[in-house]
Amino acid sequence: MSAPVAPAAPQASDTEVPRPSNRRNVELGLLLVAYAIGLYAYANVGLAMEGRLPDNFLAVAGVFAVLLGAAHLAIRMMASYADPVLLPAAAALNMIGLAMIHRLDLADAQRAARNSHSAPTPDVIAQMTWTAIALLLFICVLVVIRDHRRLQRYTYTAMVAGILLLFMPLLPFIGTTVNGARLWVRLGPLSFQPSEMAKILLAIFFAGYLVVKADALALVRRKFLGLGIPRGRDLGPILVAWLVSLMVLVLEKDLGTALMFFGLFVTLLYVATQRRSWLIIGAVLFTFGCLLGYALFGHVRVRVEVWLDTWTYANDQGYQIAQSLFGLANGGVLGTGWGQGYPQFVPFAKTDFITAALGEELGVTGFMAILVVYAIIIERGLRTSVACRDSFGKLLSVGLATVLGLQMFVVVGGVTRLIPLTGLTTPFLSYGGSALVANWMIVALLIRISDRSRRPLPSGTVEVGDTAR
Amino acid sequence: MNRAVRRIGLVLGVLILALLVNINIQQVLLANETRNRAGNQRTVLQEYNRERGPILVGVDPAARSIPTDDQYRYLRVYANGPMYAPATGFYSALYGATGIERTENDVLAGTGDQFFVDRVQQLLTGRQAKGGAVSLTLNAAAQQAAWDGLQGKVGSVTALDPSTGAILAMASSPSFNPNLISSHDLAASQKAYEQYSTDPNKPMLNRSLVSTPPPGSTFKLVTTAAALESGKFNPNSEIPGPAQYQLPGSSKKLGNWNKSACGANDKTTLTGALEISCNSAFAWLGNQLGSDALLKQAEKFGFNHSFTVPMRAATSTFPNDLDPAQTAMSAIGQYNVTATTLQMAMVGAGIGNGGKVMNPYLVNEILSSDLRTISTAKPSQFSQAMSAANANTEMQMMVSVVENGTGTNAQISGVSVGGKTGTAETGGDRPAVAWFVAVAPAANPRVAVAVSIENSGEGGAEVSGNRLAAPIARSVIEAVLNGQ
Repeated sequence: MSAPVAPAAPQASDTEVPRPSNRRNVELGLLLVAYAIGLYAYANVGLAMEGRLPDNFLAVAGVFAVLLGAAHLAIRMMASYADPVLLPAAAALNMIGLAMIHRLDLADAQRAARNSHSAPTPDVIAQMTWTAIALLLFICVLVVIRDHRRLQRYTYTAMVAGILLLFMPLLPFIGTTVNGARLWVRLGPLSFQPSEMAKILLAIFFAGYLVVKADALALVRRKFLGLGIPRGRDLGPILVAWLVSLMVLVLEKDLGTALMFFGLFVTLLYVATQRRSWLIIGAVLFTFGCLLGYALFGHVRVRVEVWLDTWTYANDQGYQIAQSLFGLANGGVLGTGWGQGYPQFVPFAKTDFITAALGEELGVTGFMAILVVYAIIIERGLRTSVACRDSFGKLLSVGLATVLGLQMFVVVGGVTRLIPLTGLTTPFLSYGGSALVANWMIVALLIRISDRSRRPLPSGTVEVGDTAR
Repeated sequence: MNRAVRRIGLVLGVLILALLVNINIQQVLLANETRNRAGNQRTVLQEYNRERGPILVGVDPAARSIPTDDQYRYLRVYANGPMYAPATGFYSALYGATGIERTENDVLAGTGDQFFVDRVQQLLTGRQAKGGAVSLTLNAAAQQAAWDGLQGKVGSVTALDPSTGAILAMASSPSFNPNLISSHDLAASQKAYEQYSTDPNKPMLNRSLVSTPPPGSTFKLVTTAAALESGKFNPNSEIPGPAQYQLPGSSKKLGNWNKSACGANDKTTLTGALEISCNSAFAWLGNQLGSDALLKQAEKFGFNHSFTVPMRAATSTFPNDLDPAQTAMSAIGQYNVTATTLQMAMVGAGIGNGGKVMNPYLVNEILSSDLRTISTAKPSQFSQAMSAANANTEMQMMVSVVENGTGTNAQISGVSVGGKTGTAETGGDRPAVAWFVAVAPAANPRVAVAVSIENSGEGGAEVSGNRLAAPIARSVIEAVLNGQ
């Protein structure tokens, strides 16, 4: 359903088309809708649970008006032809996530009061601060990166930085194990999840690397079993990517991140070479990796067993997923309404399981709407890729859209028992600063690329670089 | 490259479609199944979130919900908990609900169809939804009398309004305190529940509905009805009443409780046999009528049938395929004949109501949260067990039992009471069960009551329905008659 219905691929000679409108007012209108939905949700939580507007309602409304307004103005000034839907869609998800985190904060406070403890620090404050930081960095990306093609120069820098970040949690002293996965880095009071930033860097690396190597990978091959199989030395990179993913799985016990990176690499390899054999090789390696993981690691086996037979494990290893399903069932078609359900019963409701919380209180209707917003972001990312005139931008935007899509699929699929549960944050919704910052940077990059590809060429010039195939 | 990008789009689209389909399966298709799974606190909490309607006896609540400030927002409290427990049951976060709390949950929780309009109103006005009320048929004074009479004994009392089948008293002893099991202190709740469930006297059993000892001599009311209905006997018919009855095809003899003949020349009348509960006469009568006639008569009174009041009552049984010896024993309420006090009260009520046996019921009215009547019980007839004339005749015979026979302890001055005693052997060393079935006033019966004392705590002493059970029946009758 998110298959892009893009206009015919623009060609280098397409210089005579009428100047497209820059659609900034559409963006502003959609942004107002997203802002209204987000504020309505936030107000509703307070009204439903405390019978009054949240104390900081006006402050939140003001801060978001300023932040989103600034983001919009930055686009107007620095990326005026950008896709008009990306910013509003991401903003809507971000604000809905904040409302749910606030709602869960109130549940935590109520429980603390019942047990005569003092209320814990509300997480929504931290999340709002991170939202502000993320939107400022969003603007910075637009300011600093005026042309996404410049990123191609940093292909190998991005690789080194990305791999370093990916394995940073393994370092002694600063690496931290949270809920069984060694995903976090803690520096004094600050902690962050380096894999979130690594996904952008590795997308840049894969795109830059494949732009150069695509032809070799695509054209030089041998026939084997009716398939064109690449030469051994060209297979190197995919094997390296596979091994890195396996290492993430083995060393950090993080199934989700491993899956996401491997999926990203295979997708880009396929798009760059347009050889389906890569998809088949990728699928074979993926299956092999899964079987290996299943055979070697107890925690992978447990996840699969719990997935297959959730209700048998409903009180021990399957508690989270059982609680999540109870919540979803309780929500039904229309949901309990903000503040009326029991999403606090699901462990990690603010992070991995935030969509279960939203599914309970907004019902399958609201949940579907949220998934459709994701679908729109992904579709817009892919549309940007189709419209993009250079190969690097094409690969980078399809890569970023794929990363978002896979991450969303893996975590939502896990929470709703479509696939075994793996720990990942839900883009834009989940509590967590590093994820929020990284995902807003992805949106900034997509906006930058889309501005580039939608911007009319000065007449008479031919854009240098790759033409669309 | 664009074709490849579109293909990737297609793949991601399929993944998102799979998510969309899956959440519809989880939240719509499987939702009910998931909601009802063990370990789902949400369902319970959601009920606790709403003010549950009261269970009323007259105008007083036997069960009501009061607001608390713990995670279950309303606590269920029971006035006279143990006395009304067989009717109300309990309502526990740990153990679910029993009794009326369970069977009328839709009403009390306000989730039933009859509350649809209320729910819409509450939705629109934003008021917290409240459950409806259930008004019981119980008569507070009669229930108190029954409960007081059972203190220190194991047994049950069931009283009915003969003309409607409304249950006026339903007491069971020993009983339990539903306040303890319904406590929000889950550890205390668990402790109470476990203590009650391991008690050998089974205090959580609603004996009125589920305890089925043999009815003993009170079953002679059914045999008498069969005799009158056969047309071959009237109250003055002369029948044999020797000291012992030789069981056909057996070496055993069945003796009378007083070890002597029931009349001069080993003969007596039907009335005389009922008055002194003559075993040999009724054993003979059983074989004269035949086991089929007894079975048919018993079933007309409700034996071998399961009633829901709305709790399901155990089936009282009268066996079929009996040989003559078994027929003789069955005619005096022994062998494999079993009955609840509900069943024996129905026998008395049927006789008192001109032969019409009414279906018993415990719920008088369903009320909305603001105590508007939503529906009222409609009494319904179960059967015509005997002709009105024969019923009146048998009623007079029962009066004679109380005035001239074994049931003297049920006499009330100024009221003509009909009754029948019973003492049922349960085999082995187990204590005999003392029974009494009574109907009053004879001219226009307003109450039928059955009392069974399964264990009086008096050890091996001879148990007599008249001594143990009749006084309880009398005080229940007095409570009903004085109350109006």
